[in-house]
Amino acid sequence: MAIFLQQILNGLVLGSVYALVALGYTMVYGILGLINFAHGEVVMVGALVSLSVIELLLGANLGIPAPLVGVMALVIAIGVCMTLGFSIERVAYRPLRRAPRLAPLITAIGVSILLQTVAMLIWGRRYHTVPALIPPTPHTFAGATITNVQILIILVSALIMAGLMGLVHFTRLGRAMRATAENPVVAGLMGVNINRIISATFVIGSALAAVAGVLVSSNYGIAHYYMGFVLGLKAFTAAVLGGIGNLPGAMLGGLLLGLIESLGAGYVGDLTGGFLGSHYQDVFAFLVLITVLVFRPTGLLGERVSERA
Amino acid sequence: MRAGARAMLHRLRQDPRARWAGLALIVVALTVLPFALEASVGRTWVRIIDLALLYTMLALGLNIVVGFAGLLDLGYIAFYAVGAYAYALLASPHFGVHLPWWLLLPMGAVLAAFFGVVLGAPTLRLRGDYLAIVTLGFGEIIRIFLNNLNAPINITNGPQGVNLIDPITIEGMSFAKTNTLLGISFPGTHLHYYLFVLLAMLVMFVCIRLQDSRIGRAWVAIREDEIAAQAMGINTRNIKLLAFAMGATFGGVAGGLFSSLQGFVSPESFVVWESITVLCMVVLGGMGHVAGVVLGALMLATLPELLRHTAAPLQQQLLGKVILDPESLRMLLFGLALILVMLLRPAGLWPSPTRRRELTSARAPGTL
Repeated sequence: MAIFLQQILNGLVLGSVYALVALGYTMVYGILGLINFAHGEVVMVGALVSLSVIELLLGANLGIPAPLVGVMALVIAIGVCMTLGFSIERVAYRPLRRAPRLAPLITAIGVSILLQTVAMLIWGRRYHTVPALIPPTPHTFAGATITNVQILIILVSALIMAGLMGLVHFTRLGRAMRATAENPVVAGLMGVNINRIISATFVIGSALAAVAGVLVSSNYGIAHYYMGFVLGLKAFTAAVLGGIGNLPGAMLGGLLLGLIESLGAGYVGDLTGGFLGSHYQDVFAFLVLITVLVFRPTGLLGERVSERA
Repeated sequence: MRAGARAMLHRLRQDPRARWAGLALIVVALTVLPFALEASVGRTWVRIIDLALLYTMLALGLNIVVGFAGLLDLGYIAFYAVGAYAYALLASPHFGVHLPWWLLLPMGAVLAAFFGVVLGAPTLRLRGDYLAIVTLGFGEIIRIFLNNLNAPINITNGPQGVNLIDPITIEGMSFAKTNTLLGISFPGTHLHYYLFVLLAMLVMFVCIRLQDSRIGRAWVAIREDEIAAQAMGINTRNIKLLAFAMGATFGGVAGGLFSSLQGFVSPESFVVWESITVLCMVVLGGMGHVAGVVLGALMLATLPELLRHTAAPLQQQLLGKVILDPESLRMLLFGLALILVMLLRPAGLWPSPTRRRELTSARAPGTL
C-alpha cells in the first residue's frame, strides 16, 4: 500500500510538469491548429537558462538568500522563454499561416533542431547538475515520502493552472483567445487583433514551459540540451490524451499520463509475471493513449469535431 | 527567346527518338555513377548514395501514406525496423537460420504490410494530429520492444543488436566482397548500388502508376475530403488500410536491404528522429509528387554528408581553426534549411502541378 501511495505521489509530481507543458501545446493547437513541435525545446531552454543564472548568482557570492536566487532564476528564465516563444511564432509560423498544413510542422521541426544545436553549443553535451536551492527535506506520510521540492512543484503547477483558467475565462484577453480559437476570421471581424492574440498565446505558453523546465530540472537535479525532446513528446501525448485544444483536457491528460507512467513502471512487472520490466513504461503510456483514442477519437475531454481538415 | 526554347523543349519531348536518347543517357549516367564517384571522391560516397537510395524508397513509401492519402504518420520508421529485423533474425548466426535474401525481402514486405494494417485498423477513425501521435507511439512501441526483447527470452538481442547478417548473394556472388564480372571488378558497394537503383526505380514506377489509378485517385479523394469520398462510393476503410499497407511494404523492403548492406542492425537506427527525417524528405521535396519526393530524399540524405566532408577543412582553410565541429554545423544548417525552404516554398521544392494550382487559388473561409 505504501508503495502504491508512493507511485501515486511520484505520478502527481511528474503529471503536474506534463500538464504545464501540455497546456502550451494545447493552447497553440486550439488557436492555430498547429503542433508546435519546438515547444519541448523551450522547456529545455528555460531549464538551462535558470541553471546558468543560479550558477552565476551563487558563484558571485553576493549573499542573496537561496530561495530568492531561485525566484530570480525563474523570472529570468520566464523572460527569455517568452521572448523565444514570441520570436519562434514570428519567424517560423506567422509567414506560413496560409501554407499547407504540414509546412509549419516542418519549420517547427527545423526550429527544434536549431534550438537543440544552439543549446548544445552554449551549454555543451554534458549533463549539468542543478544545485539544490531548497534542501530536499523528505516528508513521510502513510509510508510514502515526498520532498519539499516535489510539494512545491505540485503547488506551483496547481496555482499556475488556476491562474491560466482565470485568465482564459475572466479577462478580455482570454475572451479574445477563446473567440480566435472558435473562428479566427470572425473574431478578426469583431475587432480582435488576431496577430496579437496569437503572439500572446505563444508568450503565455512559453512562460508555462519555462516554469516547467525550472521545476523538472530542480526535481531531478539534472539538465541537458536534449531533455526537451522527450519531455515535449510526453506532454504532447498528454495533450492529445485529454483532447487537444482543450485546456482542462491538457491538465487531466498530463496528470493521467504521469500517474500511468509511474504506476506502469511500478506494476507492469507484476502484471505480466515478470515478462515485461519497467523499461516498458513508455509502451504502457502509449498503449493507454491508443486505447483511449480508439474509443474516444477526440481524446477524453475533446468535443471539437475532428472534421476540421 | 524563352518561348522559343520552351517550344523546342516541347517538340523534343514529343519526339520518340529524343525520349529514347534521353532514357539511354540516364541509364548510362546511372551505370557509370559509382565508378565516377569512386574515382573522384572515394568509395565512401558510393555508400552514401546507397543509403540515399534506401531513404528514397522510404520516402516514396511514406509519400503514399502522407502525400497521397493525407494520413500524417510519425512512426513510419517502425516498418523499416520490422523489415530490417525480419531479415536480420532469419539470416544471421543469431538463431542460426540462414534463409536466402530473395525469400526474406518479400517476407519482410508482407510482414511490414501486416504491421501497417495492425497500425491502421485501430486508427481509422482518427484524423490529423490524433493520428500523428498514435503513429508516433506505435513507432516507439516497436523500438522499445526491439530494445528490450532480450530477456527473459532473447529474441532481438536487445540494445546490442544483431550482428554478422548475411549479405545478398546472387549466383554465388556475395555483395559483401569485390567481384569480378566480365573483367571489371565490382566492389560490394557498387553491386548494392545497382540493386538499389533498380529497386528504387521499381518503387518509383509503382508509385507513378498508382497515382493515377483508381486506388490513387481514391487516396487523393480521401485526403481532400473523407466524407465526400465516402459519398462517392469509396470504401474509405479498405482504401486507408491499403495506403498503410502499401507504404509499409516499401518500408519493409528498404529495411531488409538496409540489414544486408550494413550487416548489423540495432534499435538505435529506428528512433523517432528517423521518422521525422523521412517526413521532412517528403514534405520538403513536395508532398504527393513522386519526382519531388525523390529529390527531397536524395538531397536530405546527401547534403549532411557533403557538409560533414567539407565543413571542417573549409573552416581550417578560411579561419585557421575549426570553430564549429562538423556535426553541430550539420545540424545547425539542417535546421535552418528546413525553416528557410518552407518559408520560401511552402509546398516543397518541387510540388506537383495540381497541388500548386490548389495553393494559388483561394482558401476556404474559416481557416487562417
